[in-house]
Amino acid sequence: MLQLFTIRRVKKATHQTVRLLIMVAITFFGLLFITFLIGRVVPIDPVLAVVGDKASPEVYQQARLAMGLDLPVWRQFFIYMGSVLHGDLGTSVLTAKPVLQDILRVFPATLELAVIATCIGIFVGIPLGVFSAVKRGSFLDHITRVIGLLGYSLPIFWLGLLALIVFYAKLDLLPGPGRIDVFYEDIVDPVTGIMLIDCIIAREWDIFWNALAHIIMPATLLGYYSMAYLSRMTRSFMIEQLRQEYILTARVKGVAEWRVIWGHALGNCAIPLITVVALSFGTLLEGSVLTETVFAWPGLGLYLTKSLLNADMNSVLGSTIVVGTIFLGVNLFSDFLYKVLDPRAR
Amino acid sequence: MNDSGHLLDVKDLTVSFPSPRGEVCAVKNVSFSLGHEKIGIVGESGSGKSVTGRAILRLLPPYAHIHATAITFQEKDLLSFSEQEMRRIRGRQISMVMQDPKYSLNPVRTVGEQIREAYTIHRKVPRRQARQQTLEMLTAVRIRNPEQVYRLYPHEVSGGMGQRIMIAMMLIPEPSLLIADEPTSALDVTVQLQVLAILDDLVTQRGMGLIFISHDLELVASFCDRIIIMYGGRIMEVVDAANLHQSTHPYTRGLLNCLPRIDGDKGKLSTLQRDASWLDADFSATAGGK
Amino acid sequence: MSSTRRWQHWLLSDSPASPFQAAAGRTYLGLAEFLKNRLAVFGLLIIAALILIAFFAPYIAPCDPLVTNLVNRLQPLSAAHYFGTDEVGRDIFSRIVWGSRLTLYVIGLVAIIAAPVGIIIGTVSGYFGGLIDTILMRITDIFLAFPKLILALAFVAALGPGIENAVIAIAITSWPPYARIARGETITIRNGDFIKAIRLQGAGPIRIITGHIMPLCISSLIVRITLDMAGIILTAAGLGFLGLGAQPPSPEWGAMTSTGRAYIIDHWWLITMPGTAIFVVSLAFNLLGDGLREVLDPKSDN
Repeated sequence: MLQLFTIRRVKKATHQTVRLLIMVAITFFGLLFITFLIGRVVPIDPVLAVVGDKASPEVYQQARLAMGLDLPVWRQFFIYMGSVLHGDLGTSVLTAKPVLQDILRVFPATLELAVIATCIGIFVGIPLGVFSAVKRGSFLDHITRVIGLLGYSLPIFWLGLLALIVFYAKLDLLPGPGRIDVFYEDIVDPVTGIMLIDCIIAREWDIFWNALAHIIMPATLLGYYSMAYLSRMTRSFMIEQLRQEYILTARVKGVAEWRVIWGHALGNCAIPLITVVALSFGTLLEGSVLTETVFAWPGLGLYLTKSLLNADMNSVLGSTIVVGTIFLGVNLFSDFLYKVLDPRAR
Repeated sequence: MNDSGHLLDVKDLTVSFPSPRGEVCAVKNVSFSLGHEKIGIVGESGSGKSVTGRAILRLLPPYAHIHATAITFQEKDLLSFSEQEMRRIRGRQISMVMQDPKYSLNPVRTVGEQIREAYTIHRKVPRRQARQQTLEMLTAVRIRNPEQVYRLYPHEVSGGMGQRIMIAMMLIPEPSLLIADEPTSALDVTVQLQVLAILDDLVTQRGMGLIFISHDLELVASFCDRIIIMYGGRIMEVVDAANLHQSTHPYTRGLLNCLPRIDGDKGKLSTLQRDASWLDADFSATAGGK
Repeated sequence: MSSTRRWQHWLLSDSPASPFQAAAGRTYLGLAEFLKNRLAVFGLLIIAALILIAFFAPYIAPCDPLVTNLVNRLQPLSAAHYFGTDEVGRDIFSRIVWGSRLTLYVIGLVAIIAAPVGIIIGTVSGYFGGLIDTILMRITDIFLAFPKLILALAFVAALGPGIENAVIAIAITSWPPYARIARGETITIRNGDFIKAIRLQGAGPIRIITGHIMPLCISSLIVRITLDMAGIILTAAGLGFLGLGAQPPSPEWGAMTSTGRAYIIDHWWLITMPGTAIFVVSLAFNLLGDGLREVLDPKSDN
């Protein structure tokens, strides 16, 4: 009987994995199609952007042919798809470098922020949600509700600016915008691109503390939003689970209350929470666009904004594809974890 | 029958819940006592039978108001117990099997883990020994392949097997009283009797007390020594199972008359007549012991 | 029995005599519950105030929101300028009052564009099922699979900055959840006996969808849209802040915050006032949405 179950599980898992991969492929295809369309409707002439508006008609025509703009649209799309799949996102007009290279350079800074923020969300938001679900209507529950409401209502860029006024301008507790003080720049060798880790590798402790002080404000800001979202979701999942009858069973068995809550109930919430954490990670990438602009944080968000303001379409679409792909990857990973952790989905 | 000494004494138990229209009394002045015997509590839905069971374990939601002159279990006053002391009673001394194994088992833990947990909470034993004990308990509820079932998740077992697993989980710490709250109502008719037989055997073997809560009067009569009949949160009467059909209480008679009979006349089944005055009468005085 | 008591009795009757009485009773209970939720009422009041302010902006605002006055620049709060003046001497209070029109314009247009698109795609997809459903839902999933703001940014990049383009970009990224909700509702309604009865009477799919299914999807969509309003306001303000939404000198709150950035050290009111306005309005929509959800969707517990 067990063998039968195992075979069935393996078969089901393979089937589901294949299905999931097809879905992801279709979605990725859709993403490319959308970015391609956006690229086509841009009022900027892509040829002029490359050759400059002083180019002669011959040069212009040559560039046009070289870019494949005389081909039918569907062929252009396949050429586009082929080059994206080969990692060719075009060249940035602004930096004159391949877009992918630019993105790989700036992305670690965003990753650094998003990871710290997610950690804040998980380690503060989830316990907060659990406590307020257990003690509904308590003071702590009201606090959680207020945190959630503010997180859903405060413009992130504005809160960032207020934080800068208070902690940098007035109190002078924390350093201002930027990833590091100017005179420390370019000292540490970017091995991983993640400043804090690079400093540890280079054993530059002064710079490490400086970088840490710089990251506190933007990371906490993003972390706050992640926390608001996670605490609210955790609370409603926990309320749902605590109502279930297996909770009563655990109590009948004589299980201590903390184990009923943190073991049985949260154990059942863990599975949907994975999806929520993945979603919140995607939202952080989004929030980082505004946060990085406020804190002059040289990550993907700031790169995207700069490209937007300079009508650097290759960089804009390249960043969109990269963010979309990461988002897709994170979702895929959470689906995978879901399948592994939930015995019912196996 | 085998009434050797008192196990549980409930005196004047009253449970009420707040509602927008004021306090609603779910159980009122219920008193009964129980030895090492099987006692059934029968009533329609909303008669307060489940609430009574849960009140004994003190597992009602915190907004419920529980009052009683005394709830004494093996000479210990449960009302004076702290929550922590209560936890040592739950599972170890008094256990409860609930209606539907589909909901009462934790969906993300294996069956074995859950039974083992019930054992290790009350006994500090090595993991291996707890596992061995679990497997033995699974055998005791007539599961033929305990090693394999140990590793299954609740959604992978049938309803009947799920309820046997529930029984195993509740009996593994060897409690002296089991409350079975509609343990067979969610099961297929064909497996109901199997599960009941297992429950009966284990309870009798171990000389435990059993409170069997059900809406099924015939079932309870065939299974228990005594029957408490509840209506509207009150005890209507307490009868020996053997004398059930001689009962003269109008409500009991009403319940009996509603049951279809294969051998009886094929006329219309009578509907249950309820009398508001029953709720005022005080039957609890007659409800203690025999 | 006083007349109010009699009314209450009629409304709360366990056995209503007419469908009208039942509907009135239900509305009464819903309204009573909504009014008990003081925060939701508070949210509703703020939104009502916003609408009034936008409507009467010319009478409320003491100054023209666009007229500059360099002599009076960067004035702190005073009786003449309640919220001070900005870097070119415009009255911030008047700008915020006029800006309320832009806010309403954005959320109104987004709702008008996104809700019908979502409801049509959702009901069609749910009613017909099969291949149509698969294709439409796949498209919906593609849109749902990406962070909203990033996609909106890419669209704005293509369309060019400006408040109309910001509205289009936000609308394009807002409809998928509505389609999902409408589809879910349609699937539950589709197999109802009353739909079968209507079909037997010879009604075609278009009539069934527009006449009988769509009206039943409305209430859950209203809750969702109200809750989304806050997000739409924040996204629009974010686009304005990045310089991709409404363009200066228009008094859009996000763009005002953006220009105020250069003066945050000594002239805090330049960013504080428009930011507070954004916050208060989106908070109001969140409060109202939560209240509506509790009344219209009692299952959820949030």
